[in-house]
Amino acid sequence: MSGLIASGSEWSFASLQAFDREIGQLAVDEYGLDCYPNQIEIIASEQMLDAYASTGLPVSYRHWSFGKSFIAHEQAYRRGASGLAYEIVINSDPCIAYLMEQNTLPMQALVIAHACYGHNSFFKGNYLFRQWTDAAAIVDYTIFARDYVSRCEERHGTDAVETLLDACHALKDHGVSRYRRARAPSEADRRRRDRERAEHRRLRHDDIWRTLPDSRDEDRVADADDGTLTEPEENLLYFIEKRSPTLCTWERELVRIVRRHAQYFYPQGQTQVMNEGWATFWHYTLLNRLYDEGRVDDGFMLEVLASHTNVIAQRGFDEAGFGGINPYALGFAMFTDIKRICEAPTAEDRAWFPDIAGGDWRATIDVAMRQYKDESFIGQFLSPKLIRDFALFSLRDDSDEDTVEVTAIHNDDGYRQVRRRLAQQYDRGAQLPDIEVTGYDQAGDRSLTLRHRRHRGRSLAPGADEVLRHAGRLWGHGVKMQSVEETD
Amino acid sequence: MSTFIDRRQNDRRKHLDNRERFLRRYRRHIRRAVTDLIDERPITDVIDQADVSIARRDIAEPTWRHANDGVRDLVLPGNREFMPGDRLARPAGRSGSDDGDEAGGEGHGSGGDGRANDDFTFTLTGDEFLSIFFDDLELPDLLRNEAGDLVEPRLERAGFASDGPQTSLAVLRTMRQALARRIALGAPLRRRLAELAERADADEPAPDEADEPSGSDPHEQERRALERRLRALPWLDEVDLRYRRLSAVPRPTSRAVMICLMDVSASMDRRRKDLAKRFYTLLHLFLSRRYERVELVFIRHTDQAEECDEQRFFHDRRTGGTTVLPALQLASTLIEKRYPADSWNVYLAQASDGDAFGSDPEFSRHWLVESLLPRLRYAAYIEVGGPERHRGSALARAYARIDVAHFQMARVARPRDIYPVFRRLFERRERQGAPS
Repeated sequence: MSGLIASGSEWSFASLQAFDREIGQLAVDEYGLDCYPNQIEIIASEQMLDAYASTGLPVSYRHWSFGKSFIAHEQAYRRGASGLAYEIVINSDPCIAYLMEQNTLPMQALVIAHACYGHNSFFKGNYLFRQWTDAAAIVDYTIFARDYVSRCEERHGTDAVETLLDACHALKDHGVSRYRRARAPSEADRRRRDRERAEHRRLRHDDIWRTLPDSRDEDRVADADDGTLTEPEENLLYFIEKRSPTLCTWERELVRIVRRHAQYFYPQGQTQVMNEGWATFWHYTLLNRLYDEGRVDDGFMLEVLASHTNVIAQRGFDEAGFGGINPYALGFAMFTDIKRICEAPTAEDRAWFPDIAGGDWRATIDVAMRQYKDESFIGQFLSPKLIRDFALFSLRDDSDEDTVEVTAIHNDDGYRQVRRRLAQQYDRGAQLPDIEVTGYDQAGDRSLTLRHRRHRGRSLAPGADEVLRHAGRLWGHGVKMQSVEETD
Repeated sequence: MSTFIDRRQNDRRKHLDNRERFLRRYRRHIRRAVTDLIDERPITDVIDQADVSIARRDIAEPTWRHANDGVRDLVLPGNREFMPGDRLARPAGRSGSDDGDEAGGEGHGSGGDGRANDDFTFTLTGDEFLSIFFDDLELPDLLRNEAGDLVEPRLERAGFASDGPQTSLAVLRTMRQALARRIALGAPLRRRLAELAERADADEPAPDEADEPSGSDPHEQERRALERRLRALPWLDEVDLRYRRLSAVPRPTSRAVMICLMDVSASMDRRRKDLAKRFYTLLHLFLSRRYERVELVFIRHTDQAEECDEQRFFHDRRTGGTTVLPALQLASTLIEKRYPADSWNVYLAQASDGDAFGSDPEFSRHWLVESLLPRLRYAAYIEVGGPERHRGSALARAYARIDVAHFQMARVARPRDIYPVFRRLFERRERQGAPS
């Protein structure tokens, strides 16, 4: 079983299969990655653009905005302004990965290691994906969604569906639940609870309480779910779907479809650094291992490394082409660094990471992959060494001041602050305004009240009124927005 | 554990639905852009590379986002000389470039983002361009003439074939074929068997001896051999397979010829020729939209007429007086010789500044009405000229008295006028008695 797996730069299905077998053996048997079965599909560039436009799903309902996005990607691609991804991988079971036909053999091998074993195991292991996505059902659901939308178009007209979807898309980012909703108690549960309560009352019965004035507390608890709003609701689309006084059944279903799509993508937005870092770490590890065993030749490895270094390049803030922190670079560096801390910890590492320094790197990164998201991952694992390597520094930009202030750099005083600030940068609160439903005037004019809590004094970007009008269109009655300062 | 699927042969045009929706939604914007395009572009390449721009804000899909105010903490890489407490000037024009991520599909390798300009620019295909351009426009009296050129083959059911894709297997036909084959191949065997049986009946009426002829009887051996052969006839054989056959049948499509007539005398200056050219171009676009094949004939005239190629038609300049009649006569001759009206849709488009002298306008009018119009699908006359002349030229006054539905005339003074004029000329109208 030794010797070159394949040579040359042209791929064939036989050589792809050989690489998949070898890489899979290493990844699963030796490194213990837990993956969904893979479904690897070879596609042409136009199909890749297609997949882009439908945000990476194999099937998607029809909407003009996907057409717009296709055109935008296509123009950028034709102009040469941007290349196409080598692959797209879908969080599904079996895990679907699209490989571009133009890739060379080394690229295909890299992509198989990256997507089919890296991303794949991340999708299967990370808690956010486990909690919020149902990999086995997503493809069927998108097919259902597509057919449902087109049936609605036939029955109710393309324009009506388009208007509704436009409104839903505007609220898509606020159609996501971050916390699992408590399951509504079933009839049996409720009956049991009532029984227990009655029993409890019977046991604790003391006739003396009868002499006190009635506080009616118990009535209130019993009637808690009569439709009034007791707590703010962060998932606007959920609230509208369930409570809108005007939407028809098919409209509710469309709201639900957009909401389910948004929820499906929610974990990806929260784990970009980790997900890409994890996949990059594994393609690097797996292919290097193949090279060490003499299964691939020098030319192969050079091409892999050239591509790898491109992917993990991090430009400085003042360099041309700087586009923020590269999630591939940061994520790859962090997983590599955790491995280093486990294998060869310095005194500094022992002081900062006493619980993982010198430990088992496989187990450590596995826990990191499963139980964290970008924010907590960086807050937990960004080491002083990496802060120095990236020369990270923290700026404070207060719109009331004329200048921006450097608040921390990569020195002893600054490590913790830089790390905290960077972690916060990946918090959802920093990315999206915090808007919740706080009031529903059910008995009066049926208007909806939203509350925007300003995140550190930041107001809403222009266009917010337009979104509010969309919300009003969905709700069917007035929608008001209050703006309050963050309380903490 | 892994499955490989080759999807390259799959449908690559999935996006067209969404594209069409996009075009439909922004039809108004796109139409405006297309009109601008006609105005600015040299006519020859109006269609190829129809780049259309829409202001980005018109097609924005707003969502709630943070504005760039309040307090922001940014962590950036690549510090070289900053120390804590340093105060820096706020970099101009770079606010808000740190947007965390645009959650979406996974994927890597796409470098840089292409939001360089404020306009959303994209390319219309030729068909999209024309369909937007000619929206609501229809040629009057659009008859499909007798089958002209045979273009565009269409697939039609055409009986059965013995070869084809599995999906078009004609089961019933196949079974019928198999039955026929079994009957045909079995018939001589059965006939022979019947003969044998008959002979056996006749020869040996004694049933007890027939029990053990024990293979020695040549008839019995033959009978067994025949039965074996009968049994060996396959139920279904490959030669039985029949497939529904589709064959490409060419559909008749009409063809058209467009005769461009232009006055190229000295009074037709560059600007006027340019106006005329736009008109011809539009007409040509329109015709090529409607007909599979459109031929162009250029006739230029001063006081004499000649046929020429497009280049010389637009760019050569001639000197001489202006007489329209010879050009019309030449057109008649050409139609007679090359484009008989029973197999061609003939269109005539004439452009002139209207200069004509003496009796020529009247003669021309007469010729047009008597000899040309009956053979034409449609004729249009546009007068290109300054806005100074209100009453129209001599030629225009003469033509104005023509009262036939398929003749139209209009005045054009500026490039901007062309499109509306063109629209007016070809607007939908009731079909009334037209020459056949």
